[in-house]
Amino acid sequence: MTTLVARSLAAGYGSRAVLRGVDLTFEPGSLVALVGPNGAGKSTLLRALAGLIRPTAGAVTLDGIDIATLSRAALAARVAVVPQTFDTLFPFTAREIVALGRTARLGLFARPTARDVAAVARAIDEQDLVPLLDRRLDALSGGERQRIVVAMALAQESDVLLLDEPTAHLDPQHQLGTVRRVAALARARGVVVLAVLHDLNLATLADRVVVLDAGRVVADGPPANALAAAVVTRVFGPGLTIAQVSGRTVILPG
Amino acid sequence: MTRAAPAIAILAVLLPVSVIAGILVGAVPLAPGDVLGALFGTGDPSTLTIVRELRAPRVIAAALVGGALAVAGTLLQGLFRNPLADPYVTGTSAGAALGAVAVIALGNDLAATAVPIAAFIGALLSALGVWQLARLGGRTTVLTVLLAGIILTSFSSALVTLLLFASDRLALRLRAILDILSGGVTVRATSELVVAAIVVACGVGLAIVLGRRIDAFVFGEETAATLGVDPERTTIAVIAAAALLTGAAVALAGLVGFVGLVVPHALRPIVGATHRTLAIASFLAGASVLVLADLGARSIFAPAELPVGVLTGLLGAPFFLVLLVRARRREVA
Repeated sequence: MTTLVARSLAAGYGSRAVLRGVDLTFEPGSLVALVGPNGAGKSTLLRALAGLIRPTAGAVTLDGIDIATLSRAALAARVAVVPQTFDTLFPFTAREIVALGRTARLGLFARPTARDVAAVARAIDEQDLVPLLDRRLDALSGGERQRIVVAMALAQESDVLLLDEPTAHLDPQHQLGTVRRVAALARARGVVVLAVLHDLNLATLADRVVVLDAGRVVADGPPANALAAAVVTRVFGPGLTIAQVSGRTVILPG
Repeated sequence: MTRAAPAIAILAVLLPVSVIAGILVGAVPLAPGDVLGALFGTGDPSTLTIVRELRAPRVIAAALVGGALAVAGTLLQGLFRNPLADPYVTGTSAGAALGAVAVIALGNDLAATAVPIAAFIGALLSALGVWQLARLGGRTTVLTVLLAGIILTSFSSALVTLLLFASDRLALRLRAILDILSGGVTVRATSELVVAAIVVACGVGLAIVLGRRIDAFVFGEETAATLGVDPERTTIAVIAAAALLTGAAVALAGLVGFVGLVVPHALRPIVGATHRTLAIASFLAGASVLVLADLGARSIFAPAELPVGVLTGLLGAPFFLVLLVRARRREVA
């Protein structure tokens, strides 16, 4: 069982501090939504958890090991990231992109092993990509692209999956589909799954919601608690309507 | 992937066919049987000289140069995530030419390794320079790479002119310098070919080994990092491989433009975008293309021989223009 921990984590860019003293523990098997206003530090937290930026204070540990001590390849075998933007001017096919998930596991000279092939096949199957395999990335819809990038991350067979706004540029139906899929993945694969979400209503579908504001954690818990009316008004400002519809919290502008 | 294997098989047949055509055709007509005999060391002395000392080395050199430039183009396009990069437009060739001209114009005695080493150092410094320049301001676009290439090419050309003025051996070595600047395949000694073949083999090998990492790299440095690829190390390795290939090509044939740009570009729709496959296909196709282009350059004004760089420039520049217009449309869209 993998545990991902941010301990007194501070991070930023140059002299600009973005995260201040963040303490969080993530356990496998559930979807955690990370929400907050623009500039709250959501993407920065995700990048620090992925080892893409070095903390200015504190640390990120994976089962007690500081991720700053791991090589890129060792880290990629344990933490996968679905980036917010994923594009290229070259005609890569869906199959080739999913296979990129195995890059860290392949030596410079090695050919893919049976395990590599199986990991790619499983990710393709789980994301229903079989009909798209030989299509080029630029010939696919936003929802299809999203599934390919998620499959690439799944092919890494990591213990942690971090998603940076996986629902951006998707219509409501595909937003819902993406969040449901990711939540199901967390349970089925027993991995730590953390997704930055902009839409608070989608966040209520997660098992746990972490609310960031000005670089600090201001609420953390089940959606009903973390997105309680008082928290939403304090963090996101006044002018939002918070209602209960069939037992779910719904947040509307106006 | 499915079409890559037959395409590579066809290219692997095309290369020896091109090489044989390159040896058969020339200012002095030779019978195929005599050429074959000469390759195995029999026949009259003049045929032997033409085939073994003139045509075969030149054709092999053209193949090495074309293959090297095409693979260097594949590497640089991957590195810059830009289908419009190659040794020529990024200024890497100009840096290599500067190194080569410096040694020819100022050096006392021309060892077989002196010109390639100087060309490699020039190519390496230019490729590192264009990489740094293109990254200024964070985002690397198609145009910043081209602008950085123009800056480096202009700077290198100015230094070449300065060297020519400073040289006291200019008159003695004018022909060698002209060959570098105009892009003509010339083999002065067999040892040059051997050195170039070893360097090109190393460069192509590196490109094949690095292929998978470059695939991850084209989706951005951060994505490459999360896929387990060290962006800094990969960048340095790719630049070193591209510099080896460009240095070897420029030492043999000087400034031959657009082969490195056109070949990977034309192959991608056929063999796919993965860099390992593309590097192998590019080497085979680039080698054939330059052997045939050199054959054309020798034949058009026969018995006078046009430098092959003139031909690739005439054909490649309009092609490049079309690609540039298309790329600009896509960026705006």
